Formats: sequence, C-alpha cells, structure tokens
Amino acid sequence: MIEQPNAAEPKLWRDYLRAMPPSILISAIWIVFMILVAVLADVVAPYDYKHMDLLDRLRPPIWLENGVWSHLLGTDDLGRDVLSRIIFSIRISLFVALLGTFIGAVLGTTLGFTAAHFRGRVDDLIMILIDFQAALPFLILALAVLAFFENSFLLFVLVMGIYGWERYARIVRGLALSASSTGYAVAVRVLGASPARIYLRHILPNVSSAIIVNMTLNFPETILVETSLSFLGLGIQPPLTSLGNMVGFGRDYLLTAWWIVVLPSFVIFVTSLAFSLLGDWLRDILDPTLRGN
Amino acid sequence: MNPAVVAIKILRASITVVLLVTFVFVILRLSGDPAVQMLGLEVSQEALDEFRHRWGLDRPIWEQYLSFFWNILHGDFGQSFIGGRDALGVVLERLPKTLQLMGLTTIFTFGLGIPAGIYASLHRNTFADRTIMGLTVASFSLPNFVVGIILIMILGVTFRWLPTSGSETALHYIMPIITMATADAAIFARFSRSAMLEVLHAPYMRTALAKGLTWGAAVRRHALPNASIPIVTVGGIYVGRLIAGATITENVFAWPGIGKLLVNSVQLRDLAVVQCIVILVGVTMVITNLLVDLAYGWLDPRTRTGDEK
Repeated sequence: MIEQPNAAEPKLWRDYLRAMPPSILISAIWIVFMILVAVLADVVAPYDYKHMDLLDRLRPPIWLENGVWSHLLGTDDLGRDVLSRIIFSIRISLFVALLGTFIGAVLGTTLGFTAAHFRGRVDDLIMILIDFQAALPFLILALAVLAFFENSFLLFVLVMGIYGWERYARIVRGLALSASSTGYAVAVRVLGASPARIYLRHILPNVSSAIIVNMTLNFPETILVETSLSFLGLGIQPPLTSLGNMVGFGRDYLLTAWWIVVLPSFVIFVTSLAFSLLGDWLRDILDPTLRGN
Repeated sequence: MNPAVVAIKILRASITVVLLVTFVFVILRLSGDPAVQMLGLEVSQEALDEFRHRWGLDRPIWEQYLSFFWNILHGDFGQSFIGGRDALGVVLERLPKTLQLMGLTTIFTFGLGIPAGIYASLHRNTFADRTIMGLTVASFSLPNFVVGIILIMILGVTFRWLPTSGSETALHYIMPIITMATADAAIFARFSRSAMLEVLHAPYMRTALAKGLTWGAAVRRHALPNASIPIVTVGGIYVGRLIAGATITENVFAWPGIGKLLVNSVQLRDLAVVQCIVILVGVTMVITNLLVDLAYGWLDPRTRTGDEK
C-alpha cells in the first residue's frame, strides 16, 4: 500500500510503449526499421546500387515467374538490383529529410526568437518574410532556386532546409512572446542573464515540445517534397539515387517492369504515413494546445 | 470592414509583391551574368550588349533594380530563348489548360471532401468517421506523382481504358483530376469535420433544439452556415496546394499547361519563363490570401471592429 503513490510518478518509456495504439506501434517499428536500413545500407544491401548487369535486365521479383534469389526484388532497366537501390535510396531520402528538417527547425526557431526578442521593426521584417514564404508555394520556390543556380547536392539540401521554416518561426515567436513575460523568464532576466542565455537555457526547453512535434510533422512532408522534385528530375541527381528518382526513371517501364515503380512508391507512402501518424500522436500527448490545428 | 484595416491589408499585400520581385531580382543577379543566363552563350556580342542595354545592366545596381521592376510592371518579363518569344506570351498561352484542370479539380475536391467531412462530424467516432479520417491521413502521405503513376499503371497500361498523356479529349481529363482531387479533398474533409464539430455543440445549437427544431433542421439552418465560415480560411492553402499539385500532375500526364512549362523551363534554364511563372504564381497567391482575409472579415461579423456594426 505504501508503494501505491509511486504508481503516479513520472511515466517511464515502458508506460508510453504500453499506451501506444497498435497503429502507432507499427509505425514506430517501421521507422526504426527504416533508420536501421539507412544506417546499415552498406552492410545490408546485397549489391552496390550503381552496379549494372546488362545481361540481367528487368528481372522480376522473387515471387513472380522468372524471379531469382540473387535479386529478391528484381532488377531495373540497367540490370541494377532493385532491393539495393531501394536501400540506398532510403538512406539518401531519409538523410536529406533529416538535414532539411533540422536546418528548417534551427532557422525558424532562431528567427522566431529574434522576432520575439527585438519586437518592433525586426519583428515586422520577420513577419513580412513569413508572409512572403506563404505567398509562394514551396515547390515553385524550390524550382526557381534550382533553375537559377546549378543544382548540387549541397544546394538541394539547403533548399530542403528552407521548407517549413515559417511554421517554426510563427510557433516559436508566439510561444516566446508569452514565455518572456512569465515568472521564470522575468526572474532570470532580473538575475542578469544575457538574452542568449534566457532564450537557449530557459525558454527553449519550454517550447521544445512544440518544436519537436513540428519537426515530426515536417519530416514526412520534406520526404514528399524531396521525392517529388527528384521524380521531376530536379532533385537528387544521378549517380546518387532517391526514392523519387527510382519512380521517375521507372515510369517508362510500367508495362514491362512495374516493380521498379511500385516498390519505391510503396516505401515512400508507408514511411511518410508512419511519420505522420507518429507526429499526430506525439502532438496529442506532448502538446494538447496544438490539437486540431 | 474598416477602410483603414483594408488599406493596411492591401499595403501588406503590396509589400509582399515587392519582396517577391526583389527575391527574383536578387537570385537572378546572384546566379551569374543575366545576359548570358537569359540568352545563352551562343549569341553574338551585339545581342548581349543589346540585352544589357535594354535591361539596363550597364547601369548602377539600384537603377537596374528599378528598371527590372518597371519592365515587369509593363508585362515585359524578357524573352524565352525558345524561338525568342515574349515570356509572358509563352506562359499565357499555356494558362487555359492549367486553369481548366484546376477548375474541374476544385469542383471534385469540394464535392468529395466537404460532404465526407460533414458526414464524419455527424457520425463522430463511428466506423465511417474513422474510415474517412484514416483515408485522409493516408492521402496526405501519398504524393501526387505516386497516385498519378499508379493510376496510369492500372487504368492506362493494364486495362487500357484511359489515355495516359496529353489533353485532347474529355477522357484525358479523368486521371489528372482524380490525382489532384484525392490529395486536396482530404484537406477539406478534415477541415470541414473539425469546423462542424466546433459548432455542433455551440449554445445556439442547444437553443435551436430546445425551441423544437429537429436535429436535421438545426444542422442545416444553424450548424452548416456557421461551419462554412472557417472553411474560407483554407482558401489560401488550397490555392497553393493546387498550384504545386498541378505542377507535379501535369508532368506525370504530359499535360500542356503551366506546370509542365515550368519544369521544362527549369530543365532548360529558360530563366525568363521561370521568373515570369514565379511572379505570376506569387501575385496570384498574394491576391488569394488578401481576398480570403477580406472575405473572412466580411462573412464573420465577430471579427469586425467595434465602430461599425
């Protein structure tokens, strides 16, 4: 009986796991699986993703007629192993989405804090930038930048980083404005803490759940934008490969080799669905104020 | 609405347009010699000089900026290097096809999404509601190009029911419209559901029921009109998604519209056409957002300021 109060102590990871609905659990397992595949791509991929075998082209997956064990998911139009290409595409697509999400979060959060701290003119300027971002669909902005500059991997990642910054900026600005007038912020300011210290050490932890939720929701969207641009041939450039590239190049073989297109499409769909479901769930438990947004 | 508020909103919208043109100007200048960029390397020195003079590239940068602005205000976006034609003309020629696609898509998006959302809200937490909401989440995770390609595979290649590229006949419209409408209907389903849920338990609904209205009549006469107001706010997001969606979809189905033109121009680095499309899209978005903002104030009396009722 004495131990009873301990049951209401802060929840452990195990409790969260137990509270997960089945769909979230499956999503989490899929995400962990994808991350493992991305990290261990060199080890788990049976072939190099660039390895061509022109004598063994358009081989169907193992469960179809003519499938062979050496190419579980078949081969593409150049005789490259589809499974290996999917594995390396997962690595690139997740890596780009991760970097892009991270850059966007840092950029947006910094601008949000800057707007909240300086207010006045600086705030107006940042709000005008947010308006501007809202005035140009991101895909069009990305296409414009990629048209004017020579496409490179670095530029592409930076462009992906711009995606969604305005949402972080808006959320963080609003939260920081209300946080800076609360007791703890006033207290550390009176104690002589520098603005940077107040924002990074005191306000950031308090707005972090909103940022994390937004990152989880931003991540699958970044995957979709990246794969869409790569599909158009304007994102990741060969010889690198992305899930979008595979669909883009495979579209000429829909009649003879549907697996080149369908398998990467399936991975895009399931992965972004898993992240969206997880993001929605996280939002509901971490940040009830954002619900229904 | 208060004229001063309207004026401020219009001013902000204008600032955004100025920023948009500035953005295009800055990245154009950052990316290299505009004369070479616009005309390519295989033109004579005379043509380059003529171009530099016409666009004022031999003058100070702020003068260049002003003349860039001036030219754009007069509809001169430069020349496409395909046939040396006026960029605006090239773009406008493609506009009708894109507008047709967007218009028809919008009809299907509304027709599919809004009733689904209203139905879900009226049957909250039932199997139908969960199915509809599940489908919307799934459709958010399905990029346009995947939907389009899968449709082509099934309806175009396997069964050979529908043509897979071009826009010549009515049959050509079916797959692009399905592709675009499935993505956007989800937004309206979710939004109209949450808008309905918000009003279904409002005090005026209780009053309506208490004075003897049937549930159906109360929903029709009180809930639906009130829930329809916030749906207007999705307008801006919707137009943005429609433009992005059309860009991808037109490329999947070789639809001869602006989206296909944009991607081709990016590939060919036909910058005059790209800058023209970017500015037109931006101005369209700014006007849409402004109209949504004004319409919301007009439709919802609660947002009006005190001095006019």
